Amino acid sequence: MLINEGAMRRNRTVRRLGQVGLWLNPLVAYFFLWAPILVLVLFSFNSSRSVASFTGFTLKWYGNILNNVMGAESAFSTELMLNAFRNSLFVGSIATAISTVLGTMIALAMARGKFPGKGLIDGLLFLPVVIPEITQAISLAIFFKVVFDWFALISGERVFPGFHTIIAAHVTFNISYVAIVARARLADMNPRLEEAANDLGANPWRAFWRVTFPLILPGVISGALLAFTLSLDDFVITFFTSGVGTTTLPVFVYGLLKLTVTPEVNAVSTIMMVLSTLLIGISLAIQGRSASRV
Amino acid sequence: MARLGRRLQQNGFFLALPTIAWLFVFFVLPLVIVLVVSFMSRGRGGVAIMPFTLQHYERAFGVFFIILRRSIGLAGLTTVICLLVGYPLAFFISTRRRRLVRQITLFLVILPFWTNFLIRTYAWRILLGEQGTINGLLLSLGLIDEPITMLNTQFAVLVGLVYGFLPFMVLPIFASVERFNFRYVDAAHDLGANDIRAFLRVVLPLTMPGVLAGCALVFIPSVGAFVTPDLLGGTKGLMIGNLINKQFGGSGNMPLGSALSIVMMAVVMLSLLVYVFSIRRDRGS
Repeated sequence: MLINEGAMRRNRTVRRLGQVGLWLNPLVAYFFLWAPILVLVLFSFNSSRSVASFTGFTLKWYGNILNNVMGAESAFSTELMLNAFRNSLFVGSIATAISTVLGTMIALAMARGKFPGKGLIDGLLFLPVVIPEITQAISLAIFFKVVFDWFALISGERVFPGFHTIIAAHVTFNISYVAIVARARLADMNPRLEEAANDLGANPWRAFWRVTFPLILPGVISGALLAFTLSLDDFVITFFTSGVGTTTLPVFVYGLLKLTVTPEVNAVSTIMMVLSTLLIGISLAIQGRSASRV
Repeated sequence: MARLGRRLQQNGFFLALPTIAWLFVFFVLPLVIVLVVSFMSRGRGGVAIMPFTLQHYERAFGVFFIILRRSIGLAGLTTVICLLVGYPLAFFISTRRRRLVRQITLFLVILPFWTNFLIRTYAWRILLGEQGTINGLLLSLGLIDEPITMLNTQFAVLVGLVYGFLPFMVLPIFASVERFNFRYVDAAHDLGANDIRAFLRVVLPLTMPGVLAGCALVFIPSVGAFVTPDLLGGTKGLMIGNLINKQFGGSGNMPLGSALSIVMMAVVMLSLLVYVFSIRRDRGS
């Protein structure tokens, strides 16, 4: 096989290069994914204000946050931040409750109902997930402005954006996610179980609450947790639909991050990072448990 | 036949109605208003007034074309880089033999993304700044004499976008490679294909659905990015999302902002069409 010797050597080189690449790529990629986060955490403990080199360990920036000191930014107060966090929880809970009900209802209708225009509804549910956040944010901002202008013209009373506009916006982007998760669960469910309940004499209402609902509950809970997380995390759409005094945590944090890099901002970011990781971890654990129970 | 089933079938539409109404009022109607406003004139304070005009679209494709092109270019480049980094990474994760290792390596990709997007983007300001960590490291090593300007450039935006959306590429490809049966590669080798040929003719086509989904999931949010260019790009890295945002401030122009939104939506819809079309063609072959 003298003719193939060159080709075989080339194949060996390709394979060796491929193996080196396949080992090098994850190293570089994981470094890229983790370095920024580790650097952020590291410099929240740095004894000097510089982020160019680590000079020693300190906790004073965390102390500064508690004492309402924010480096160059004087408007910062722990009180304001906690207030923003409370606003986030408030908006998140209400938006989650409404979107979970609406999302589950349409998921049920789509899974069991027979009516025309289902393809169109599918598109309507799919679009909010894919269009860029900024378009949705801008369209809602214009929409609320137009509606409030009209309202002022008719009634002479001026309505301002606030919690109601943020909640309406959050419900809108959350419905699709809840519906997707709940539908996945419904698709796994055997519709004969409902039939069996009926045959055993349950009325439709009873059959739904005693059979269908408990079976799709894990899906509904997953959907609600996802909606709550998305709501707490959202910045762009909230930024465009919020009014005075209804700042949520991400909007508040954005105000800090826009300024300059200070060790106090690094400390706040580190705290938020730990909290959100814990929150998502817990919600995933709950989902895992509720999914395994059925 | 189940009564509940029949009842749901008959009343299914009424069950769906409240949600449809909600989405119609808070999703469809606002988009229609944006479309209408984009054809109106600019009044005092940036509000929309009559008469109808096409001037905002002329400007969107005139003076602002450079920013539109930059947004599409940066999003395209982000997609390519994510694919080049993400494909081998997804491959690496899904070919780990032990289940625990597979879970950990996948978890290491997902975990950073449990942190708020704003904070993840902000972290790059620490790294890329004039007095940032990278410049500090290079200066102290004596590799450079002057700090390199990295923050507030298109480069910074590109890095931020790749960082922000890499998992969107890795996860769908991971799902595809997981389903891939590696005996096909042995078969290709037995039939005389070398590694490159086996990859191009067998592995890549069979993992194509993941690749296409990943590209769509990275490209679409990148085109519409607002936070990343806002925190990392400065004026040099301005993207269409920031330009839209500017039109809604004090000295703004709501109709122009609306027209730019519509143009951006058109780009997104076009890329979705390309995605759906290539998925169909992929399934057909």
